[in-house]
Amino acid sequence: MSIEILMPALSPTMEEGNLSKWLKNEGDTIKSGDVIAEIETDKATMEVEAVDEGVLAKILIAAGTEGVKVNTPIAILAVEGEDVDQAAKGVGEADETPKAIAVAAEPAPDKQAAVPAAPKTEAAADPDIPAGTEMVSTTVREALRDAMAEEMRRDQDVFVMGEEVAEYQGAYKITQGLLQEFGTERVIDTPITEHGFAGVGVGAAMAGLKPIVEFMTFNFAMQAIDQIINSAAKTLYMSGGQMGAPIVFRGPNGAAARVAAQHSQCYAAWYSHIPGLKVVMPYSAADAKGLLKAAIRDPNPVIFLENEILYGHSFDVPKMDDFVLPIGKARIHKPGKDVTLVSFGIGMTYCTKAEAELRGMGIDAEVIDLRTIRPLDLDTIIASVKKTNRLVVVEEGYPQSSVGDFIANQVSQRAFDHLDAPVLTIAGKDVPMPYAANLEKLALPNVAEIIEATKAVTYR
Amino acid sequence: MASAAKRAPAKKADAKPGTNPTTPKPVEFNKQQELDAYRAMLLIRRFEEKAGQLYGMGFIGGFCHLYIGQEAVVTGLKMSLIEGDQMITGYRDHGHMLAMDMSARGVMAELTGRKGGLSKGKGGSMHMFSKEKHFYGGHGIVGAQVSLGTGLAFANKYRKNNNVALAFFGDGAANQGQVYESFNMAALWKLPVIYVIENNRYAMGTAVSRSSAETDFSHRGISFKIPGIQVDGMDVRAVKAAADLATEWCRSGKGPIILEMLTYRYRGHSMSDPAKYRTKEEVQKMRSEHDPIEQVKARLFEKKWASEEELKEIDKEVRDIVADAVDFAQTDPEPDASELWTDITL
Repeated sequence: MSIEILMPALSPTMEEGNLSKWLKNEGDTIKSGDVIAEIETDKATMEVEAVDEGVLAKILIAAGTEGVKVNTPIAILAVEGEDVDQAAKGVGEADETPKAIAVAAEPAPDKQAAVPAAPKTEAAADPDIPAGTEMVSTTVREALRDAMAEEMRRDQDVFVMGEEVAEYQGAYKITQGLLQEFGTERVIDTPITEHGFAGVGVGAAMAGLKPIVEFMTFNFAMQAIDQIINSAAKTLYMSGGQMGAPIVFRGPNGAAARVAAQHSQCYAAWYSHIPGLKVVMPYSAADAKGLLKAAIRDPNPVIFLENEILYGHSFDVPKMDDFVLPIGKARIHKPGKDVTLVSFGIGMTYCTKAEAELRGMGIDAEVIDLRTIRPLDLDTIIASVKKTNRLVVVEEGYPQSSVGDFIANQVSQRAFDHLDAPVLTIAGKDVPMPYAANLEKLALPNVAEIIEATKAVTYR
Repeated sequence: MASAAKRAPAKKADAKPGTNPTTPKPVEFNKQQELDAYRAMLLIRRFEEKAGQLYGMGFIGGFCHLYIGQEAVVTGLKMSLIEGDQMITGYRDHGHMLAMDMSARGVMAELTGRKGGLSKGKGGSMHMFSKEKHFYGGHGIVGAQVSLGTGLAFANKYRKNNNVALAFFGDGAANQGQVYESFNMAALWKLPVIYVIENNRYAMGTAVSRSSAETDFSHRGISFKIPGIQVDGMDVRAVKAAADLATEWCRSGKGPIILEMLTYRYRGHSMSDPAKYRTKEEVQKMRSEHDPIEQVKARLFEKKWASEEELKEIDKEVRDIVADAVDFAQTDPEPDASELWTDITL
């Protein structure tokens, strides 16, 4: 039962190589691990080690031969108890060395399997709010705190960690009171070490806990983005579904006021690029509460993008025992028939103001609050466009590869015949955020731009 | 370790007597322990040799980092673990998975990208996991596993269980920033984590002396008050002794500890590394004088605890396991096309 020694591939791309030297002669005894030959590839000279033990019965490819294809037999090894001369004459019938197989080669183009269609996911509708439910005016700040507190009461595995979340009560007071209620074991001040504590959070999540990791701002999460993307987002897939990371990364995102370029970036488009993540960016307090509760319960990593300016805004929040909203479902903020305005997060403040002015001009705009950026509720947008035939998308992030760009592209592919005008996108200006008050104002989207765009798509 | 005199575990000038641990003497193994260690290390060696061969034949794609030479490290550490203790490591991970009793078939079939692989063929050599066996990967980003492993220890402490997390990384990863961020938190919060630095002397092709200002990695925790000891990582008994000490240290609530394992990889960094940064003599010397498997074998013969035939029996048993894994990994079908879209989110 002799064994063929094959020309090995020594890199992911090697197809052939030169057999430069034999270090063993015919008749030599070989142990596994012995270097038997040297091969030159396009990159380097590599040693070939024996895997099996026996006697080198015959060298099939002489030293100095160039262009030897991978998997060509280069020698025959006689295994223990075998007649070397017999082995040299040819490889036995029951060759135990596995043969190279077709899988190793590129499949012929016509044999390439068709790419299966992506599955379609349907987001659940918002829960019914029973008639007569008391509505309580609540700030976004309070709503976020209430969401965390309720979920921490409900599930012992939920904890919150981040810079200044405990004793300081939160840099933006989002975690106010949590330390007092839940103690130091569940409300944890971290050192200023985003990369490290994001990784610790993901590790704890892989072990089955449900961390809420607060970044003082998402600008600082850039230090941690490897753990968010490479560890949190990809593990479920890479483990074949065995292990994921039920974790929420939350904190303020985007421009606040006069904090300049390093503290003013919107990351909605960045994270929306990544399969394995969910990305939520609420505008109202009710959505902030209902969606944060959903994010904490979600078995996947969720990026929860808040806004410092919105923290102090008040909205009605239904007084319900357990108000949870579906991730992945946009909300029609105000129905209309003439044009669709789509936005999310603080972008909604511009849209609502613009909508009121447009109404005065006789334009009835439908305003859609995306709430979730990934998975994106394109169905709601497209249904609206089929009605209004016009679309303007508004966001604070940079224009290139923006959320609006993606929406415009999808709408043009899926509802082209329904469009009466090109989709217009309004984004932050393509500049690092300036500090000077006047320049900062210019860099952000504004109501006048939305009105102008709306007039353009409605030909007014 | 004559040739490795300067690699002998160093005495610590800074260690406070009586508080910080020092390198323990290798434990004396009984016959069964020697045989168990022999079998466990041989399984890793034979498995890796076959993996190298399958790579050469094009069955395994991408990157493939073999553990040959370092077998005593994971084997000795595993001998001290109790149910529920976790392991996490980088991309040189096949040995750790076999040590954690993950199936040879599952690992090999993952290497060949087949349906029956541990990650259904979607992870590959560097990305495999087993919740059941408490193995948390298999990570391709150098150093990321250190923060993640610290998080596993955080979960143990949070749950007040008695378990310990082992975070393995190399001399190369030891220079990553997040390692020290993790050290700081682990010490601050007294997390039960053993940082196992597998110092195989080369971070890919860069020798430790060319990459590291402090080449004694057991000292890397000093700024965080994390004790560290150097261990002869080629002697499975020395590793076991260090593992006993470290697990006891963690379980008694003293927080993290660093074990620097002085070890050596015989093969290149990955399959496509010709290893021109070291001499053949250096490799040959480690193989002939310090091989972890040969050391056990020599003791078994010396104490007459096993005959040549008995060891051959173990060899055959191991070869059969590997041959079965290879056969499975070659015949198992590739994943269904529909798997493209599964396991992205739950």
